[in-house]
Amino acid sequence: MTRKTRRLWLVIACVTCLGAAAALMLQAFSSDIVFFVTPSQVEAKPPPADRTVRLGGMVVAGSVKQEKQGETPVSRFDVTDGQAAVTVRFEGILPDLFREGQSVVAVGTMHKDGFVASEVLAKHDETYMPKEVAEALKKSGKWDPRFGPPPSAESWNTMTAQDAQKTKANPDSPAPAATKP
Amino acid sequence: MTASPSLVARTGSLFHRYANPGRFLRLAARLQPWLTGLALLFTFAGLGWGLFFAPADWQQGDSVRIMYVHVPTAILASSGYAALALCGLLSLVWRHPLADLAAVEIGPVGACITAVCLATGSLWGKPMWGTWWVWDARLTSVLVLFFLYLGHIALIRAFDDPQRGYRAAAILALAGAVDLPIIKFSVQWWNTLHQPDSITLTGAPTMSSSMLWPLGLSMLGISLGFAAIVIARLRAAVMESRVRSLLSNPRRRGDAA
Repeated sequence: MTRKTRRLWLVIACVTCLGAAAALMLQAFSSDIVFFVTPSQVEAKPPPADRTVRLGGMVVAGSVKQEKQGETPVSRFDVTDGQAAVTVRFEGILPDLFREGQSVVAVGTMHKDGFVASEVLAKHDETYMPKEVAEALKKSGKWDPRFGPPPSAESWNTMTAQDAQKTKANPDSPAPAATKP
Repeated sequence: MTASPSLVARTGSLFHRYANPGRFLRLAARLQPWLTGLALLFTFAGLGWGLFFAPADWQQGDSVRIMYVHVPTAILASSGYAALALCGLLSLVWRHPLADLAAVEIGPVGACITAVCLATGSLWGKPMWGTWWVWDARLTSVLVLFFLYLGHIALIRAFDDPQRGYRAAAILALAGAVDLPIIKFSVQWWNTLHQPDSITLTGAPTMSSSMLWPLGLSMLGISLGFAAIVIARLRAAVMESRVRSLLSNPRRRGDAA
């Protein structure tokens, strides 16, 4: 074994040990690293009322109620992860991306009658599409943004805005992107 | 050494072929105009296309155009640190002199690109998420990467004997590489505010191809620009070390005489 080989093995051993140590640490702290808890976690183990938690999930379609108390807008909506739903009350201006079917993170405390948020953050997903394509998908009935994420990307990611407008003008013909092999 | 060269020795000789500074300078001088020219061409084409001609996103509107700067810088921030870790390995195992100089030059460029990534991400987060910054796993691990770059820059210049600095910085670069898989997989391992990757090896990109093309172009352009800046700095560093040795050698000879 030459000196170089020995040094290489030494470096590999050190990096492996360090990686294992980091992995174990992250594993141990994983419940603290998560940015938010889900409604089913909150339901199963309600946090104490004086503890601030971040609650994340999808805004349930049709659950958003907005009213005005004096000058401040007050909104109530349900947040779900598919298994449980928690009602959130928030006083203030919601972010632009807030809508039914959008994922949000509400920062606040859990009370007996629901979650009281001091801040609401909108979480957008990893899909990026032009407005026309989204309209065409909605028109064709393949997707309703109020009920969750769009259909699989292969079915729309090659569709251009022009294709989408053609589909909209003539809704019976299938989208050109879908006919491609 | 054994009769048939081992894999380690062979890998070493492959890198040592380009450790010769004269050969590196000749190769780099030929590459430089191509790298710089193509980098400018692709960056302007990609950013121009992305910022002015690509469609706006259906829900994010025109804010999505920050992506054409943010995503390439984010990928380069990680790749740059991976290059730094590779330099560290070459330096510790094969005592590659050019790897040490490269590590000195990659550090500041990588730190700048990470800063751009954090800044554009923050500017994108405010209108979309509703906050400049959150301590979620993705954002925090990239901030740690930025501090690793700063630590590397400081450490490699901290000693009077440059060899000691190279050694310490190489160890830091290798140890810090643990952060790279954490950055990459943070959005899958833990729930975060940051969305998962749109472009993956396994699935179709969840992005309209009318946005994917300009993104690919600007990614190519900014990566070539990163390479062009690092090569230019490295050439200057090699020439500087040559000038230093030229300047100091006759004096030493004069002293000895």
